[in-house]
Amino acid sequence: MANGSIAVPAEQKGKLVDFYKQESKHKGIWSWLLTVDHKRIGLMYLLVMIGFFLTAMTFGFLMRLEMLTPGQTIMKPQTYNTLFTLHGVIMVFLFIIPGVPAVFGNFIMPIQIGAKDVIFPRLNLLSWYLYIAGGAIAIFSLFTGTGAADTGWTFYVPYSLRTTTNVSLTVFAAFVLGFSSILTGLNFITTIHRMRAPGMTFFKMPLFCWGIYGTAWIQVLATPVIGITLVLVILERTIGIGVFDPALGGDPLLYQHLFWIYSHPAVYIMILPAMGVVSDIIATFSRKPIFGYTPIAMSTLAIALVGYLVWGHHMFSAGTSDTSNVIFSLLTFLVAIPTGVKVFNWVASLYRGSIEVTAPMLYALCFIFVFSIGGLTGLVLGTLNTDIHLTDTYFVVAHFHYVMFGGMGILFFASLHYWFPKMFGRMYNEKIAKVACIIFVIGFNCLYFPMFIAGYLGMPRRYYDYLPEFQIYHVISTVGSWIMISGILLMFANLLKGLRQGPIAPANPWDSTTLEWTVPSPPPMENFEEIPIVTRGPYDRDGLIESKVKHQLKH
Amino acid sequence: METDIHKVEEHEAHSHGYGVYVLVFFGLLALTAVTVSVAGINLGSLTLTVALLIATIKTCLVANYFMHVKFESPIFKVFIAVCIVIFATMIGLTFFDLIFRTP
Amino acid sequence: MSQDSEIAIHHQHEHEAHAHVGEHVHRDDMGSKMGMWLFLFTEVLLFGGMFILYAAYRFTYSDAYKVAAEHLDTYIGTINTIILLASSCAVVLGIVALQRKNKGLCLGFLWFTQLCGAAFMVNKYFEWTHKIELGIYPKGPALADMSEGEVVFFGLYYVMTGLHGLHIIVGMIFIGTVMVMIQKNKLTHDNYQKLENAGLYWHLVDIIWIFLFPLFYLIH
Repeated sequence: MANGSIAVPAEQKGKLVDFYKQESKHKGIWSWLLTVDHKRIGLMYLLVMIGFFLTAMTFGFLMRLEMLTPGQTIMKPQTYNTLFTLHGVIMVFLFIIPGVPAVFGNFIMPIQIGAKDVIFPRLNLLSWYLYIAGGAIAIFSLFTGTGAADTGWTFYVPYSLRTTTNVSLTVFAAFVLGFSSILTGLNFITTIHRMRAPGMTFFKMPLFCWGIYGTAWIQVLATPVIGITLVLVILERTIGIGVFDPALGGDPLLYQHLFWIYSHPAVYIMILPAMGVVSDIIATFSRKPIFGYTPIAMSTLAIALVGYLVWGHHMFSAGTSDTSNVIFSLLTFLVAIPTGVKVFNWVASLYRGSIEVTAPMLYALCFIFVFSIGGLTGLVLGTLNTDIHLTDTYFVVAHFHYVMFGGMGILFFASLHYWFPKMFGRMYNEKIAKVACIIFVIGFNCLYFPMFIAGYLGMPRRYYDYLPEFQIYHVISTVGSWIMISGILLMFANLLKGLRQGPIAPANPWDSTTLEWTVPSPPPMENFEEIPIVTRGPYDRDGLIESKVKHQLKH
Repeated sequence: METDIHKVEEHEAHSHGYGVYVLVFFGLLALTAVTVSVAGINLGSLTLTVALLIATIKTCLVANYFMHVKFESPIFKVFIAVCIVIFATMIGLTFFDLIFRTP
Repeated sequence: MSQDSEIAIHHQHEHEAHAHVGEHVHRDDMGSKMGMWLFLFTEVLLFGGMFILYAAYRFTYSDAYKVAAEHLDTYIGTINTIILLASSCAVVLGIVALQRKNKGLCLGFLWFTQLCGAAFMVNKYFEWTHKIELGIYPKGPALADMSEGEVVFFGLYYVMTGLHGLHIIVGMIFIGTVMVMIQKNKLTHDNYQKLENAGLYWHLVDIIWIFLFPLFYLIH
């Protein structure tokens, strides 16, 4: 042994040491910063990501506080512009897009397919460093140059070319983050194709892996487009290359095309793995196989594909041709089909199941409710004539918060509660977790629902000031933000307490059927003592019991 | 072990001699000559079509022989098809906007 | 020592080996190739974004494109096309040479590729400097007098050929690294996936040029 023999305590004989205690070449903090273990990398993402989430949440909180009264409440207009830009950039690029794939995709997916690690472990670590670099540049851009960017997270030209604020650096941060996302996607696709355990066919994979797979394809094929677009913005700002600037013959609408060619599929980067999580959670806590496994898996790919075809609906009122508007509107409605397939299958899975409402399940159920509101209001915006009325109002803001935060955000929390025992080897207080979830969801609706009404009545988004008749909606909304944030803080506090003092978690606390629950919590360094041979479907409860009985008979 | 055998077979499958590749190279040179000389003729609106057609043929040659796509397992061909279809869709849908815009 | 802890230690061993030499333990050539291809797709779509812009502006400014393209030298473009095709061919011949255990010949072919890459860049350098001397560059005096379509054409010309040139340099570094590994016998006749990957990258850069050439140089 290079580093001496490992002390194997008597009670742990026959078990592998968990990955926290596993000794490695590097000591202390370096055993994390130089690790190539997918679980450690996943946890490093988690740590940093929660930091970014809380930062951006604070920005959102301050914005809501500002909107409490008309006119100036606590900040200057320029500060407000900066805040909504940063809130958007950090939430979208640093939390929502990488959230589920980078944290749970890294930690859970390889175990779910019965692999020891991802296929390119060092590339995986590089992705993490690129993510950190992107985040660092984004923060650095706040305090350097001529002030933080004030363009909104979309960086629309020509304003982003003209503004004197530090747009180039912020845009560059987004570019670096995109690179990180691409490498993660590439790694996951190859891992799923090459590293599945014997017997683990594509249609025996848990639906979470399908979600990760669909997402990875979008990461690989869509992200480069925004990469080059952002590079062009930087080049145009620095050396004056004429590509988008109308003064030089450019067409600003083409920027919007390229931006949304990526950013619309990016919505599905956020939601697909989250939808996979919900399938896993519902199957587990209904104690029956998921209803319609194949349709759910196929609808994942369908959403990923159709997601490429609908970007134009972000530009209905921007001056694109009527023909393209009609086509994009039609295609947009198509997305509702695979999404509907998923929602109905989840509900059908619940039907006649013996449902156990645990904390993760409660989050998942809240997701179905909230996300349906988000999805259906999306149809209102996808319809041409209503969209003309609602474009750039609070209605849009409400819609995408329902979809993104209500979709990916809630399911991020759900995954955190679902896999917490596996990741940290401890349990949290279930009762407090549920209370936190309920407070959060009440606050969430209180915060965003009034925005639908205000938007419908004509309150434009990104405005610093408003007419007095909108105040009632803003007040409800701001109060909602307080409730929601208390829910989130209670949730994190509870998890933190569980992390330090919670009871030790067994290998399979939820009585789940997928592979990650067959290994100890937390898992050993290379996950499996020996690579399992998979003979049953991911949610096959009878098969699981059968194999358990066989196992016991053998011993 | 089984995969090792596959690996060897895979490599042997596209292990041509030097000759094939040199032949392909000359093919590519010929196509370059064609595209340059055709560019001198005024074909009107066909110019772009012809140029792109020749470029596509050249790409097929490079991809199939130099990049061994022809001898690759089907999954790679599916991947490449997905990539091309999605890129084509991006261009196509963008043009639905450009072509029908009213000035 | 019990059998179980032996297993644990065996695993530890395997992990160590994995961390140090990686691919020699769990070598998966197919996986490596797949990863490379997926990376190539991202390159295709990176350039794809610019090809979309190119197409859109060619549709809007078709006449200005023709005028602007007059400034480009078809002769240099053709030479560079031939250089790149030859270099691509050399890489693939290098693979055959390595398969046939002819290390020297393989390195010879790869040196030829490096030479071609360098020649391409030298041509590019003269091409660009010539234009800059004429004042055709962003914010340059000559470009300021041109029509909007021409400004856009040259904007795209500089970005697309520039980014392509950057890829040539990256490709040369990639091939250079592989050459060192071949020299040190780290890549051999039955373990040459890295050379293939470098080749794939180089061929893709070639393919992008195959499209850039007629789209910029051959508009009349």
